[in-house]
Amino acid sequence: MSTVILLLVTGLGLGALYFLIASGLSLTYGLMRVLNFAHGIFLTVGGYASWWIAVRLPFGDPWRFLVALLGCLVVGAIVAAAVEIGLIRPLYRRHVEQVLVTVGLALAFTALVQGTFGPDPISYPAPSWTQGVTQLAGANIPNSRLLAIAVAAVVFLVLSAFLRFTRWGLIVRAGVENRAMVAALGIDVQRAFTLVFALGGVAAALAGALGALYFGNIDPERGTATLIFAFIVIVIGGLGSFTGSALAAVVVGLLQQFMNYYASVYWGFSAAGDLSVVLLLAVVLLWRPQGLLGRSVG
Amino acid sequence: MLRQPRSGRSTVAAFVIFALLAAIPFVDFEIPGLFNGPLNEPGTLQLLALCATFAGVALSYNLLFGYTGLLSFGHALYFSTGIYVADILLTRYHWALLPALAATFAAGIVLPFVFGAVSLRVSGIAFAMVTLAFAQAGSILALENPGRLTGGEEGLGLDVTNLPNFLIGVVNTRYLYWIALAYLVLTFVICWWAVNSRPGKVWLAIRENERRVEVMGLNPFAFKLLAFTLSGFLATLGGIVYLLLLGGATPEVTTANLSLALLLMVVLGGAGTLWGPALGGALYEYLDFRLLKLSSSSEIASLPGWLRAPLAEPLFILGALFIVLVFFFPGGIAGIAGRLRRRPRQQPIPVDVEVPPEVAQ
Amino acid sequence: MSTPTATRTLLEVDDLHVHLGESHILQGVSFQVPAGGVTALLGRNGAGKTTTIKAILGLVGRSGSIRLSNRELARMTTHEIVRLGVGYVPEEREVFSELTVAENLRLAERDKRPRYDLVFDVFPELKQRRAQAAGSLSGGQQQMVAVARALLNDNQIILVDEPTKGLSPLMVTKAASALKRAAQAATLLLVEQNLQVARNLAEKVVVLDEGRVAYTGDVADLLADPALARRYLGAGGH
Repeated sequence: MSTVILLLVTGLGLGALYFLIASGLSLTYGLMRVLNFAHGIFLTVGGYASWWIAVRLPFGDPWRFLVALLGCLVVGAIVAAAVEIGLIRPLYRRHVEQVLVTVGLALAFTALVQGTFGPDPISYPAPSWTQGVTQLAGANIPNSRLLAIAVAAVVFLVLSAFLRFTRWGLIVRAGVENRAMVAALGIDVQRAFTLVFALGGVAAALAGALGALYFGNIDPERGTATLIFAFIVIVIGGLGSFTGSALAAVVVGLLQQFMNYYASVYWGFSAAGDLSVVLLLAVVLLWRPQGLLGRSVG
Repeated sequence: MLRQPRSGRSTVAAFVIFALLAAIPFVDFEIPGLFNGPLNEPGTLQLLALCATFAGVALSYNLLFGYTGLLSFGHALYFSTGIYVADILLTRYHWALLPALAATFAAGIVLPFVFGAVSLRVSGIAFAMVTLAFAQAGSILALENPGRLTGGEEGLGLDVTNLPNFLIGVVNTRYLYWIALAYLVLTFVICWWAVNSRPGKVWLAIRENERRVEVMGLNPFAFKLLAFTLSGFLATLGGIVYLLLLGGATPEVTTANLSLALLLMVVLGGAGTLWGPALGGALYEYLDFRLLKLSSSSEIASLPGWLRAPLAEPLFILGALFIVLVFFFPGGIAGIAGRLRRRPRQQPIPVDVEVPPEVAQ
Repeated sequence: MSTPTATRTLLEVDDLHVHLGESHILQGVSFQVPAGGVTALLGRNGAGKTTTIKAILGLVGRSGSIRLSNRELARMTTHEIVRLGVGYVPEEREVFSELTVAENLRLAERDKRPRYDLVFDVFPELKQRRAQAAGSLSGGQQQMVAVARALLNDNQIILVDEPTKGLSPLMVTKAASALKRAAQAATLLLVEQNLQVARNLAEKVVVLDEGRVAYTGDVADLLADPALARRYLGAGGH
């Protein structure tokens, strides 16, 4: 039983990370119809920035972690906005070329990080309480997982409130449906693009910093590796659906965690979770191509 | 619209070029700077054969992306199917060559057919991501080494006992070169046929405007699946050639990086043109080979740190090249050549597909 | 013969060209819309009426000159044009189905004091359905939202594209009277296939035929001549 609890929480923790990355992707795609392959670099930026700041601060935890976290969010927002303005905006409406450019950026940036900081994972100075465990129904739950879940829940609520109650949130929700009409109401949709891109960058940077706690280190490849699962999450959840990506992130995280554990215990096959996620994608596509919460067109 | 190559002159030109390429193993000629030895030396032939192989695989991807407008991020899956299936059958199960080839051919038809049927349930960006996911699954399988079949991270060396003698040994590299060249000619001819055939015209129509194809009473799904299966099959063939050239399989060929490299090859050469992607594939493979040497060379090592770090990473150059291409040369080499010659019929189709809402088929 | 009045020209379109793919949809359209009142833009299906509206708004690529109160629009982006005081009621309504009626209207607010009193006076039903998702409204109600969006702000001109399309006869009457109210507040450029409505609302008419202006003049003159009407408007007039 305690195993199940542990798997449940760690699965939710994984889902939390996926949600943080997928939410930005979902909104970006829904509003801009851009598939941002470079989204993974925001995660990398978040991880490396928070590490870089943390090791240079003269004081310790908990302030060190919080300051580093705040710093990496700012860096994430700036980098995301820069990418949008410099690379995406000039290619407005040329969707395939936007994809290609983000692919190039992802490759170049990851290589740059590898070249500058080395290809090996770098150990992260995590606050000691995040490395501890909490007793929950007989299971020892790593605190980093609980933190990830809490943060993701807060982000979900904040973004939902943003979408529901603010004017920019209204613009984003309308733009996801029909951005030409939003412009025809006199609204500068480009600014909404930059905003959404920056929000996605912040969420992904957050995932990077939390991932550093989760795995205990930062790694140049983690952004791209997680990105692929984020893609699967948003297709399963329904492209452009914010709540869909949250739901799908939870499902994927749980499935992956449970399958990886049980398959390795019973069959010695530790990647079953990853494969079953792909299988889930295939099943969803066959049964409901628009995704769990996506709108079926036509 | 892609203009048909004026049949007469272009056919002769293509024939002459391929005849010249076939004659290379007899040419004891050095091109210093480009190659390390004379053209008919095994080392050079090996590199040329690799270039020819990737030229063919790039053409197979061009069929999917350039002609039909289907942006797939998982083409490496079918390429690596050719490599791994043939390797496993020959090495782990000790099959004879012909049955192994036949089985690999079958896999190269069945796999893209099945995965295509599922992936094509969605279109546009969702399709791209689904193809990526399926290819990732293949990559995971290769690394996981189920039943100790794939060799995991180290890969699987090819057991050559069942191969005919003329395919084994450095001295016989010329035969492998000719096989690679034959593969390139085959894919080239098939793509040529595609431009002129009825399915080929429908593919081009699908890329332009899928709705109109439906209105014409045709079923776009069937044609897209045909394109997917055919291009997957051609990639599998390329995988077999690649296996013979390298003498083994490694998991690198299953990665998303290879799918992206194929995309770059096609964009570099000029998506939707006939010879562009072939040139792009050959050029990319050549550069990949040379850059690897360059990045570990003394010239790079002597550069200041901030310059050395990125340039020492081949993927950085690849990524930067992508960005430069898209912004400044979206038509690729074929586009540049077209502009130089001012012949509108050589103009490649701009890489721009208006992404439709994600629709169920 | 119509009496020339000293009305200023509000909108002047000159040599407007639009290419979509291989088609040359608008081949040098030129016309003027006088300030005040309603100008109808008529023509057969495919003549280029909707394209003209979209070109004025910058929703399609265009070349030529479009001047609104002497401001050149041809180089401006859509939202900049709209902010000059251009309302738009699109052919397909294009209300945001996931948003409520109130949110649809709130999104359309441009001025400091949006005219909700006018909107709810013309469309009392919208006041009742404020919290309803726009996607669950009937066609006629969605049309109300679409027109309300244009009424909300103080616009120089409102571009209205086939407002009565697909509506029941009762709704057509309601829509027409709503547009009459709108015309009191702003100039209207009205695309219509329903000639009864056009005759009812408009004074002047511009007729397009295959991407070019074929006739300009008074509505009454055009519709009084059945042969002329049939030639330009096809056999579908009613």
